[in-house]
Order: sequence, then structure tokens, then C-alpha cells
Amino acid sequence: MTPHVLTRSLDRSATIFIIVVAGLGVLIPLLNLLLPAGSMFQVPTYLVALFGKYACYAILALAIDLIWGYCGILSLGHGAFFALGGYAMGMYMMRQIGSRGVYGNPVLPDFMVFLNYPGLPWYWYGFDMFWFAALMVVVVPGLLAFCFGWLAFRSRVTGVYLSIITQAMTYALLLAFFRNDFGFGGNNGLTDFKDILGFNVQVDGTRATLFMLSCAALILTFLICRAVVTSKLGKVLIAIRDAESRTRFLGYRVESYKLFVFTLSACMAGVAGALYVPQVGIINPGEFAPGNSIEAVIWVAVGGRGTLVGAALGAVVVNYAKTYFTSGPLAPYWLFMLGALFILVTLLLPKGIIGTFNAWWERRKPEPLSARTEGGDRQGGVAQPKPAE
Amino acid sequence: MSTNFLDRIRAFLLAILLSVALAAPALGGPFEEAVAKFANDEFSDTDAAIGAVATSGNPLALAIISALREGRLSADPQSRKVFVTQGDGKVIDAATGAAVDRLPDGAAAVRLNNRLRRTVEAALGGLTLLSPDPAKRIAAAQSVFKSHDASALAVIDGALATETNKRARTAFTEARAAILLYKPDATEAEKLEAVAIVRARGDQEALALLTGLGGDVPPNVARAAASAITSIQGNLAAWSMVQNAWYGLSLGSVLLLAAIGLAITFGVMGVINMAHGEMVMIGAYTTFVVQEIIRTRYPGLFDYSLLIAAPLAFLVAGGIGVLIERGIIRFLYGRPLETLLATWGLSLVLQQAVRTMFGPTNREVGNPSWMSGAFELGQITITYNRLWILCFTLAVFAILLGMLRYTALGLEMRAVTQNRRMAASMGIATSRVDALTFGLGSGIAGIAGVALSQIDNVSPNLGQSYIIDSFMVVVFGGVGNLWGTLVGAFTLGIANKFLEPVAGAVLGKIAILVLIILFIQKRPRGLFALKGRAVEA
Repeated sequence: MTPHVLTRSLDRSATIFIIVVAGLGVLIPLLNLLLPAGSMFQVPTYLVALFGKYACYAILALAIDLIWGYCGILSLGHGAFFALGGYAMGMYMMRQIGSRGVYGNPVLPDFMVFLNYPGLPWYWYGFDMFWFAALMVVVVPGLLAFCFGWLAFRSRVTGVYLSIITQAMTYALLLAFFRNDFGFGGNNGLTDFKDILGFNVQVDGTRATLFMLSCAALILTFLICRAVVTSKLGKVLIAIRDAESRTRFLGYRVESYKLFVFTLSACMAGVAGALYVPQVGIINPGEFAPGNSIEAVIWVAVGGRGTLVGAALGAVVVNYAKTYFTSGPLAPYWLFMLGALFILVTLLLPKGIIGTFNAWWERRKPEPLSARTEGGDRQGGVAQPKPAE
Repeated sequence: MSTNFLDRIRAFLLAILLSVALAAPALGGPFEEAVAKFANDEFSDTDAAIGAVATSGNPLALAIISALREGRLSADPQSRKVFVTQGDGKVIDAATGAAVDRLPDGAAAVRLNNRLRRTVEAALGGLTLLSPDPAKRIAAAQSVFKSHDASALAVIDGALATETNKRARTAFTEARAAILLYKPDATEAEKLEAVAIVRARGDQEALALLTGLGGDVPPNVARAAASAITSIQGNLAAWSMVQNAWYGLSLGSVLLLAAIGLAITFGVMGVINMAHGEMVMIGAYTTFVVQEIIRTRYPGLFDYSLLIAAPLAFLVAGGIGVLIERGIIRFLYGRPLETLLATWGLSLVLQQAVRTMFGPTNREVGNPSWMSGAFELGQITITYNRLWILCFTLAVFAILLGMLRYTALGLEMRAVTQNRRMAASMGIATSRVDALTFGLGSGIAGIAGVALSQIDNVSPNLGQSYIIDSFMVVVFGGVGNLWGTLVGAFTLGIANKFLEPVAGAVLGKIAILVLIILFIQKRPRGLFALKGRAVEA
């Protein structure tokens, strides 16, 4: 059943996307592990970790595209869900350190010993078990999104208002997690991880596996998003995006649809964060910074909002550019470029890379009327996003 | 009273005349005789000399006694002259104050023993209590109030008899009360009166004095003290409320200043400008540049630097605002989410541009003299810069309100906001009005930057720290309503400062953010929502 639901909605670009991701997900670890170091095709481990990071960002971008591109909810706080998922995973890995920490305390993480915690705070209980942590990775962001969304959508907070209060939410969390007495390591966050499920996180094999898992998660997220947006539910979401009041007047419970998709999206962001942390090796309150969330939104805008494939592509392209420029002599100009990217994409490329490409592709081939509607269907029936008010 | 005062002045003038004009060694006044006794190098003579010098009222007395304490007082047994070696190594004649080239060969430091040292300390305390400078007298009385040292009682009684300065008199009375309160042999009536005086003072120190009293006092006094403690605590709590309210007003004025431009661009025009904070930053850097030019070219104008910077900041930030509107925002009307992203990108560019031009570190912006310092109001201290910023904010608000209400541009702005197409058909050039409105909002942000440069670090990140708060103020107050922004800013400011002592600075801020998020649930259009039938599209 499930595979059928997941696969029935595939079109050509989606298939290509899945094949490419799956191919990379297998090829890169193999090239990293099997070839001897120094070989021309050997992929160094740092690149594996870097690509793994991109894969996590792509999942986050998919989550944002699901709500922004298909439901018109511009969340400027998705970095918060990402970071919460990351913290849940980080807490598990902190507990795994055990007595190997600097202070050698078998229960308390180093920063708690340092800050004179009498014992483990209650909200750290259970994080020594992987299944519990894995559950929390999804539950905590999902629960926050559910409560937040329930309050916000019920009172019909929409458009820029919603964007601003989501930004305020991540800002409040940023301030809270910076505090030492909040119990999450304060300014330094959680780091010095040793192993995950018994595997050393520094070892090449673990890193390659984490990368494969990230690619698998990316494909799975993509399939879920695809399934949502091509279903009847997805049609209602698009209707909400384009004319919320009209959809309400037609008798749909707009709030419930929005709440569902917002919560789902937050869970996906949490998973992305959880995969991100072991590959990067640290999670700190900086991840909650409002700037990060907005940057994630621009990945989606660059790739093309409302296209899913574009969101993932945008995340990789922008982050590759970031890695490339911030490590070279052009580093001082990166912020100029990023800022210009924001402005130019919104002004000149409102459909993003994929959207523009699709439009160009459609225009190129003259086709009969019936083929046109098919062409529309091939994009999952997604009309280009109209300006949401 | 006044005769006493005149006597003092006369004595003073006389002493100065004696020491300066008639700088002859052979004079035989009581002061000179007393000083000469130091040369005998006998402890009893020294004791007498200390007493005589300390009570002489001579302006040199303080210098002589403190020199004696620190071993800088020397005497020449042959010429029976006494010298003070000053802190900078210069030597003066102790009797006349006249400068001397160097110490005579036979001169030796005047010796002290422990009993004399105590006398010296008491004399010094008394001398400061009798200092001709009222501020010093008050400070000395305050320290006696804290130490309630009974040995100062005689001096204080003497000083009270002649004191004419009102504040010094109060300080002496309070110091006397403190001594009596702790003096075992003071009568009950005296102690009760003392409690009343200390209670009237009513600050933290009075509280400490009364709580330190202990149990060995008559029951009546203990009761009076207990009631006084309660009263003082209540009083202090009330003052701390006032203090919080003032801090809240001050924070509110800062928030209002940062948000008021946003109330125009976001509230009136509906354009969400994430680069608003950068307009504030540009205003602050304009102030910095103006001050730099003034420092290097016209140092005399420094006190006017803010008055020069304010209109310049308005023009610079307003000009940039018009450019932004013409270059970016006008293509994005009706697409608020895209506007948000584009202006966020713009804010990154502006920040980085300023960082490249002025460096990433904080730049020094000075306070003009009329903005530095503070004054006391009851138990709280009010700094002039905060007070001026509050006044300035209210003035900017009033001008803006008047402008929107009474000028042609204001009328056009309101018309375009209410019904763009109707306004256009009435012949209003809507795109020109858009540009000017956006320029006005940005210009006001620039002016805010001038004021904020006085209390905050001028760095490329200046604007970012205000952007979320400003949006909160506008959203909370209600979009499209300047009064809502005013009320919103002061409510948030005061609420923040009242939460801070309870919850701590960071938790207080988080609590405010959470409260706003909850508040928006209840009233999605803010405190003062525009009435109308507009359905959200």
C-alpha cells in the first residue's frame, strides 16, 4: 500500500531527482571507502560530511517548500524546528559519552559538571536510549509546531504576521538556549560527541553511513511531500495558498489543513536537524538565529518555490556557493552576494531555477491542447504560485 | 543664622588674608603659635598643637593634619619653623603657606604615638565635617551616618550650631541621630526622636542602620524602629516601582523611536521592510561621521553635533529609502512575502557595506555635555541622555502626527493608504507618494539612529538588535495606527522592566515575546485595529 501511495505521483523530474540522489548516496560512500587515499576519484571524508550537510539542508528546504510553496505559509522560524531536532540528537550523543568526558562523570555531561548541576534535569531522562531520542527528534518539533500552529491558524494569523511571529518564536528560543541554567549547554551548546549507536562518529565508515542515511531520508521526505501535494489534500492546500477565504467559504476547514501540513513540515525539519548534528559534530544556540531560517527560505526561492525538486536543488546550490566563496579570497564579499541573491531572485527570478526552466521548456515545444493539460499534470498540477496576500 | 554665616565668612577671609597677604614668619597669631608647638617635638605639645590647629578654622589646617598623619610634616628645631612636604614633593611653610625651596638641613619629621594617631584621626574627621565646601561636609556627615561613631558627636553638635546650608544641615541632623541611636547612654526620648529622623530619611542606608540596631534598646525604641523599618521598606518598594516605571518609559521611548518609522512603512504602507534596522544604523553612522568632522575641524561645535546630525541623518536615510523604494520595493507591491525576502537581502548588503567602510568594531560616538550626567529625584537617579531621548521621541512622534494630519503630503499619504485607486483617480501621483512615504519612514529611522547612538554601541549590527522588537511593537500596537505604536512601545517597555527583576533580563524578554504571540491570537490586528470590513485576502 504505502509504496504505491509514495510512488504513484512520480513524474519525470521527480524520478530523475530520486535516481540522482540515490546514485550519489551510494556512489560517494563507495568512492570514499573503497578507493585508496590519493586516488584521483577518491572522495575525501570531509567532502562526505559536507555533502551530508547539504542533504540535511535539502530536507529542511523541502519542509519549507511544502508549507510555503504549496500552502502559502512563510515560516521564518523553521530553523528552530531544525535546531530542536538537532538538540534531541545531540542530547542522545551527550549521554553516550558517559564517563569518557573531561570530568569523567558517568551520568552528567561535562557542561553540567562544570556548572555544578546536582543531578540530571528531568527533561534529560530517557535520552540515553536511541529510540527515545529518535522519537523526540520528531515529537518535540512537531509538538511545538502543533501548539504554535493551533494558536496561530485558529485566530487566522496569516501572511507577514505569521512570518513575524514565527521569527519571534525562533528568537525567543535563541535567547532561551543561550542561557546556562536552561540545561542545554548555554552558549557552547552540545559537542565533543564520541559515538552514535556504538559507532565512532569520527570514523570514515560512520560518516559514510550517515551520508547514506541522509540521502535516504532526503528521498523519503521527497516522496512524502510528493504524496501530500499530489493528493486531494494537496489540491486543497494549493487552494488555500491561492485564495484562503474562498476555500473557507467552500466549506473546508482551512485551519486543520494548515495545521496538519505545518506540523508535518516541522517534523521533517526536526529529522533534518537530527541527521545534521552527528555529521557536523556540534549543535549550539546559533542555529536558532533568525537569519538562518530566512536563509533557508531563500534556498527555496532560488530553486523555485512550489516545485520540491527546486527546493532541494536550491539548498545545494546556495550552500555550495557559500562553501566556495566563504573559504576563498572572496570571503568578505559573500554577504554582498547573498544579499544580492535575495534581491535578484525575488525581482528577476520569482519562479526560481526550476520554475523558470519549466516555463521555458513548456514554451519551447508547440503542442496540442490535450498535451498541454497533460504537461500541467506532469508538474503535479501545480500552477505557478500566485502572490500570497 | 545669617550673623553666624557672616562670621564664618569674615573668619575665612581673615584667615586667607593672614596666610597669603601677610606671609611674614614673625607673626604671633594663635594659629602660628599652635603650629610652632609642633617644633618642640614633645608629644604633649603636639597634642595641644593638633587641637589648636584643628579648631583654628585656618584653611591650612587640613593640609597640616593630614601631612602629620602621613609623616610629611617636618620641623626645624633651630628656627622653630614647621614645613609641609606636599604630595608632589613641593615644600611649604606650615604657618604661612608660603613656598619654600627645600627643607632645612636640621628638619625632622614630627613624631606620633598611637594615642596621638587617634587624636589625628578624630581631628581629620572633624576637619572634613567643618570643611568650607558644603559637598565635602555632606559627604563627611554621610560617612558618620554609616559609621555612627560616637566620637564625632561633639564636632557634629558644633557644626550643627553654625551650619547654614540646608542639605548639609539635614545630613548633620541625620548623622547625629545615627550616633544617638547607637549611643548606649542616650535617653529614650533622644533615641525615639533619632528613629523618627532616620525613618524620614527612608533609604537603603537608613534601613541598614535600623535593622542593625539589635535588641539592647528600650522596648519603646525597638517598637518605633520596627515600625520605621516597615515604613522604609514600603517606601523603598514604592521607589523601586517608580524606578522600574522610569526604566520602562526609557526603554519604551527607545522602542518607539525604532518602531515609529516602521509604523509608517509597515503600518501605513503595508510594506514589510526588514532593512529598517539598517536605516537606524545608517543614522547612527551619520552621527559618527558628523562628530568626526567636528572633532578634526571645528572642535567648538561639538555640543551641537547632534543638532547637526539629526537633519543630515534624516536626509541620508530618507534618500536611501527613496532609492530602495524606486529600485526594489515598487516592483514588489502586493507581494509582501517577496518584499520581506528582498529587504532582508538588502539589510545584509547594507550591513556588509558599512562593515567594509567603517570596520566591524564599535565606533566611538560621544555625548555632548548637555546630555551627559544625571540628577537625583528622590531615591532614583535619572540620566540626562535617557531623559532627552524620551523628550526627543515624543517630539518626533508629535511632529509626525501633525505632519500626517495637517500637511498636503500627509493628506495624500492617508488617501493612498485608504484607497489607492480612488486616490489615483483624484489626481494624486501615487507612485510619488509611495516613494516619499517610504523615504519619510526611513528618514525617521535615521533620526532614531542619531538618538540611539547616544546609548547603544554604534556597530554594523546595531539595526539587527532592534528589528524584531520594532516589529513586535508595531504588530502589538496595531498596524496603521500611530497611537497604537505609541501605546504598544510604552506598554512593552514598562512590562519588560517590571518583569526583569522578577524573571531576569533574558527570561523577561522571552516572556514578553511569548505574551505577544499569545496576544496576537486574541487580537490578530493588534491593540488598536483599524475598523473596517476588509477581509484578509
